[in-house]
Amino acid sequence: MSHIEFRNVSFRYQEDSPWVLKNVSFTIGSDEWVAIIGHNGSGKSTIAKLMNGLLFPQEGEILVDGETVKPDTIWNIRKRVGMVFQNPDNQFVGTTVKDDVAFGMENHGVPREVMIERIQTSLEAVKMQDYEKHEPHRLSGGQKQRVAIASVLAVSPQYIILDEATAMLDPKGRKQIMRTIRDVQEEQNLALITITHDLQEVTEANRVLVMNEGEVWMEGGPRDIFSKKDQLKEIGLDTPFVSQLAEQLGHAGIKLSREPLHHEELLEELWTFRSNM
Amino acid sequence: MDISFEHVSYTYQPGSPFEYRALHDVSFSIPSGSFVAIIGHTGSGKSTLLQHLNGLLVPTSGTVTIGDYRLKADEKNKQLRKLREKVGVVFQYPEHQLFEETVAKDIAFGPENFGVDAKEIDKRTKEAIRATKLPEELLERSPFDLSGGQMRRVAISGVLAMNPEVLVLDEPTAGLDPSGQREIMDMFYDLHHEKQLTTVLVTHSMEDALAYADHIIILNEGEVYMEGPPLDIFQHQDKLEKVQLDVPEVIEFVTKAKHKLGIELDYTGQSVAELAKDLAQKVRGGRDHE
Ligand SMILES: Nc1ncnc2c1ncn2[C@@H]1O[C@H](COP(=O)(O)OP(=O)(O)O)[C@@H](O)[C@H]1O
Ligand SMILES: Nc1ncnc2c1ncn2[C@@H]1O[C@H](COP(=O)(O)OP(=O)(O)O)[C@@H](O)[C@H]1O
Ligand SMILES: [Mg+2]
Ligand SMILES: [Mg+2]
Repeated sequence: MSHIEFRNVSFRYQEDSPWVLKNVSFTIGSDEWVAIIGHNGSGKSTIAKLMNGLLFPQEGEILVDGETVKPDTIWNIRKRVGMVFQNPDNQFVGTTVKDDVAFGMENHGVPREVMIERIQTSLEAVKMQDYEKHEPHRLSGGQKQRVAIASVLAVSPQYIILDEATAMLDPKGRKQIMRTIRDVQEEQNLALITITHDLQEVTEANRVLVMNEGEVWMEGGPRDIFSKKDQLKEIGLDTPFVSQLAEQLGHAGIKLSREPLHHEELLEELWTFRSNM
Repeated sequence: MDISFEHVSYTYQPGSPFEYRALHDVSFSIPSGSFVAIIGHTGSGKSTLLQHLNGLLVPTSGTVTIGDYRLKADEKNKQLRKLREKVGVVFQYPEHQLFEETVAKDIAFGPENFGVDAKEIDKRTKEAIRATKLPEELLERSPFDLSGGQMRRVAISGVLAMNPEVLVLDEPTAGLDPSGQREIMDMFYDLHHEKQLTTVLVTHSMEDALAYADHIIILNEGEVYMEGPPLDIFQHQDKLEKVQLDVPEVIEFVTKAKHKLGIELDYTGQSVAELAKDLAQKVRGGRDHE
């Protein structure tokens, strides 16, 4: 029963406006990393908000560890489902970085000694330990995102949803933060749900949900997903550089035995191809 | 307009406990009509440098020259207004600075301030939204009802309506999705071409620097660390890694192909298809002789 489940979920923002999610069903295990991709407006953020009860579906049901998400369960559910948005400004509550990280833990009844230690470790994890006394609103976009991530790590929920939560970081910073989050995820057996446009990042997920116009358009491992290039192109999504190169190599008469996900895999395939000639 | 920096240093809040030297002895020159990318990790001084281009900051020492305008410490820099008319700056997240009731008023705000007459403003507004691909129906809407991508285009339209000769862009695609990023960059590139706009772009995307710029300046801790044409700069992967910068993925791959397979793919800006063809040939060719 340890999973998040969407059962035939449909959602619209107003009575008279179009459905934003249409009969969406999927399951996310409690130690999985699932990436959600899809172009703008395909419903990704709406899914995230439904997962921790910021919105409720008009049709269907959402269950977290077997418990239905509804107004009287959300407080309990939010202890297990933590979320970071793209724009953290709407999320800051503390007047200092330290207070902000502490706030979530206070809400979850974390004992004081533990809190002090976790503030330290979570800020160190995102390299913001020198900013404890700073005002969150005065930080740069990337720094704000780091603090928002620290706040969620400190609470250590079972499910962490990152909705374009690293979009304002530079590429190196983003890689570092993702590595840190991955380590935490593996150490503590958490589920990670990332909404991202970073295809490199998507190749590392266990599973990928592709959203299109409010529907789950495709679901599978990154290798399956990126091997369906024509279909992805049809809905206007890019594929990683290695995928494109592999496709073009195919046109040039070099068929690979499997879809490569990164440079090393492609080079290995080429090595094998050459040795078998 | 030609741009040059001669021994420019800039210190924030000098003499206070927060004193911070953000630029140190920076010199370079950018000929009129070029497209220059400025790269460097966070905090390296890129935004500080950009703010010198329209006189928002004046050097603590050294001289900045933009066309006929000169910015120098301790000199009365009285031509600033004229300079700002010629140099359009798109700041980071420019949509945060929208404030008027309608899109049309927001776009008109800059030119109105500079005394441009109503008829001319109207003409420029139409031109600007054509460039940014905003539908005309949006002009009377509130900018705050638009999507993030559209708000960004409104903000950019406002800068274009000034008819600048130099366009300065501080991470103009940050936070947009990949197709939005490409559209915005293609738009700037077209403008650069059509109007010979001197363009200075700050970016974290090595792919964009490779695709659009004809010259790259790399900053590190407030100093010029490297400069040159993209294909030259990206030859130096080790040197770039020392300042926490990557090379574009295609170049990284070409380097790995050489190390792991002994295959030399000379990268000169080919398409993925051309590169694949060359690679396929060399993978096969390696065996044909045996
Ligand atoms: N607060 C809202 N009110 C009305 N419509 C909304 C709201 N938020 C999102 N939408 C609409 O719902 C659709 C899905 O949006 P969203 O879930 O944010 O997509 P994504 O995150 O994939 O870009 C879009 O058409 C969007 O315009
Ligand atoms: N108003 C300010 N007062 C003091 N230091 C500043 C100020 N603005 C920027 N800095 C510092 O100057 C350095 C360069 O900043 P900036 O030019 O914004 O870098 P970049 O755009 O490359 O990230 C940073 O270390 C930053 O903290
Ligand atoms: Mg979204
Ligand atoms: Mg900056």
